[in-house]
Amino acid sequence: MSAALLAAAAQTATTSGAEAVLFWCLAPVMVIAALGLIFARKAVHAAMGVIVVMISLAFLYVAQDAPFLGVVQVVVYTGAVMMLFVFVLMLIGVDASDSLVETIKAQRWIGWLAGLGLGVVLVGVVTRATYPPMTGLATANADSNPVGVAKVIFGDYVFTFEVVGALLVTAALGALVLTHRQRLTPRIGQKERADARVAAGGSLTPLPAPGVYARHNALDVPALDHLGRPLEESVSRVLRIRGQELGVEQFQSPALPSATQTPTLEPGTEDQA
Amino acid sequence: MSLVALATQHLTGLHLVAATSPSGAQAGVAADFSHDNFWIWLLKAVVIVIFMLTSVLIAIWFERRVVGRMQLRPGPNVHGPFGLLQSLADAMKLLLKEDVTVKAADKIVYIVAPMIAVFCSLLTFAVIPFGPSVHLFGIVTPLQLTDFPVAVLYILAAASVGVYGIVLGGWSSNSTYPLLGSVRSTAQVISYELSMSLSLVSVFVLAGSMSTSQIVSSQRSLWWALPLLPAFVIYVISMVGETNRLPFDLPEAEGELVGGYATEYSSMKFAWFFLAEYINMINVSAVATTLFLGGWRAPWPISAINDGMFNTGWWPVLWFLVKLWALIFFFVWLRGTLLRLRYDQFMKFGWKLLIPVSLGWVVCVAAVQGVRQFSSLTLQTILVALGVVVIVAVAVSYLIPEKTEPRTTGKVAPPGVFDAFADGYPVPPLPGQTLPPSPRRARAAAAVASVTDTGTEAQEVQRG
Repeated sequence: MSAALLAAAAQTATTSGAEAVLFWCLAPVMVIAALGLIFARKAVHAAMGVIVVMISLAFLYVAQDAPFLGVVQVVVYTGAVMMLFVFVLMLIGVDASDSLVETIKAQRWIGWLAGLGLGVVLVGVVTRATYPPMTGLATANADSNPVGVAKVIFGDYVFTFEVVGALLVTAALGALVLTHRQRLTPRIGQKERADARVAAGGSLTPLPAPGVYARHNALDVPALDHLGRPLEESVSRVLRIRGQELGVEQFQSPALPSATQTPTLEPGTEDQA
Repeated sequence: MSLVALATQHLTGLHLVAATSPSGAQAGVAADFSHDNFWIWLLKAVVIVIFMLTSVLIAIWFERRVVGRMQLRPGPNVHGPFGLLQSLADAMKLLLKEDVTVKAADKIVYIVAPMIAVFCSLLTFAVIPFGPSVHLFGIVTPLQLTDFPVAVLYILAAASVGVYGIVLGGWSSNSTYPLLGSVRSTAQVISYELSMSLSLVSVFVLAGSMSTSQIVSSQRSLWWALPLLPAFVIYVISMVGETNRLPFDLPEAEGELVGGYATEYSSMKFAWFFLAEYINMINVSAVATTLFLGGWRAPWPISAINDGMFNTGWWPVLWFLVKLWALIFFFVWLRGTLLRLRYDQFMKFGWKLLIPVSLGWVVCVAAVQGVRQFSSLTLQTILVALGVVVIVAVAVSYLIPEKTEPRTTGKVAPPGVFDAFADGYPVPPLPGQTLPPSPRRARAAAAVASVTDTGTEAQEVQRG
């Protein structure tokens, strides 16, 4: 929103033309996204619906001269809270969708009843509501919007704010205490894992890549070692089990001695060489 | 009236807070946009987009050349002078490549995700000031698209929405490695955005504003990087984490996750992710410049020349770009120097070090600011008092005897007993142990003793 537009909206204290256009563009998007939240099969799609509604709401807040609220809405709710939701949802996987089998039949009727009741109440309130002309926004925002919000929160409602803060801290601590578990077994870190791997006596390095130094670089061709012998373990175990490993003979370097004649390495012979 | 005010500001180079002269500027914003009309907005917006795109092309070339130099190789030097057209050629290649849409992917999200990443990354520069007010086609206008009292929060909001591009892209690919990449990205954003915003809070407290132009004008005498050095360091660390650059590039760690969230993307969709990453790099560098390094203000010896001549007109654009590219060079330098952190180390670093330190720092800054606000002490007195407190604390810390480390924690074997294959693997002797005499040396000595008369063989043995 431009400064001029904001100022104009603040002075006339009614919905300006641009604001009305913005509203009528965003409102259908928001309604569709909100319906998407209800009807989407996949949880991540539902979460995306929520995100669209939140960002559109933020636009409307900014258009109504509440830039602080609008931006904080995106930073806190879209950027942090929904991100946490998505974090959990993603672990479900892309193909997972909710099971729509009804387990408790009576819930459906209760749901319909509650929904209808809410609808009746909303219709009653919305049709009877009258909006008096907006007053006092310009004075509240006189020292810029964030300063005005800060004066209200840390001036008029400082006690409420502190109480809510204490409650939130308590809740966070409670979550920590409830999910805390005593360690019964020693922690297995990188060092312990490395020790175990050495003690197990297997290969410590990654397995050789297939095709390396062979005359072919396909996945099913074993690598050759420094003496030109094929390295069995360089080909994927799956291919070996399926019998899809190619023979080495045709890829072996012709200059080398045949693969059957393997030179023996004894500790003593190296010294004499 | 405002024209006169601006003209005097223009001449003296003193950009006073606009709130003091209620000329049509918004409350809480230093820059005055009241003369801007539609085509000035359009011009600025188009110039910003062109600036971003060309900067990305240059940044890719710059990064490859600098990393090449650090690794003792030339880097791209074939296409165009100094290889400058290399990134253009790469972009063309990506445009013309086959565009693969993974069959198992969640199609809409898969296509929308890179768009989210790019569009959100383009938003930031709308509020970055390139310079003070200049005459543009007869209109006095600040070199900034727009500004409002919560501009820096808006930057944070745009960044946090942009991460959805990475997260949704990895999820919608329906593949293991991209999913791991996006899960990492989510966790990374949640943890590093906290310390990032906390480090920005101390700037807000000292500058008394969240508008970018106001923050730049508050750094007239002192750049915030100096008094708020810890916050600056924290911001620089978390900005690297925020942009997924080495050593924090875990969402796309090519050694672990193939390509991370971008594994299943090709052609233009991949290019958009790539573009978003580099634009984000420029964005966070611009934010660091604006909030901590004085924005468009000239560095000290230059700023004093001719009564601040270099802080007026179009000169500040130069200083802004110099600082911006210095930070981008820092990014490249990091990439050429540091290894990627392990994921648990990265998380531990964020939650157990960065966030507590930045919280503590915010409390300290708020306390100092509170004392300044509610007492008659000057800032100099407070700083001297704080310095004395720090020196006394350091002196006292020397008086406390150092904790004697118990030496029995390590694996110290009794001296003399040395198992060269302690855990089934050849190991060097621990402190206090001695190597057993080498059998090879004994054999060599025996050979020398036995064949002293036959000189030819002795030579061979010595060689072996």
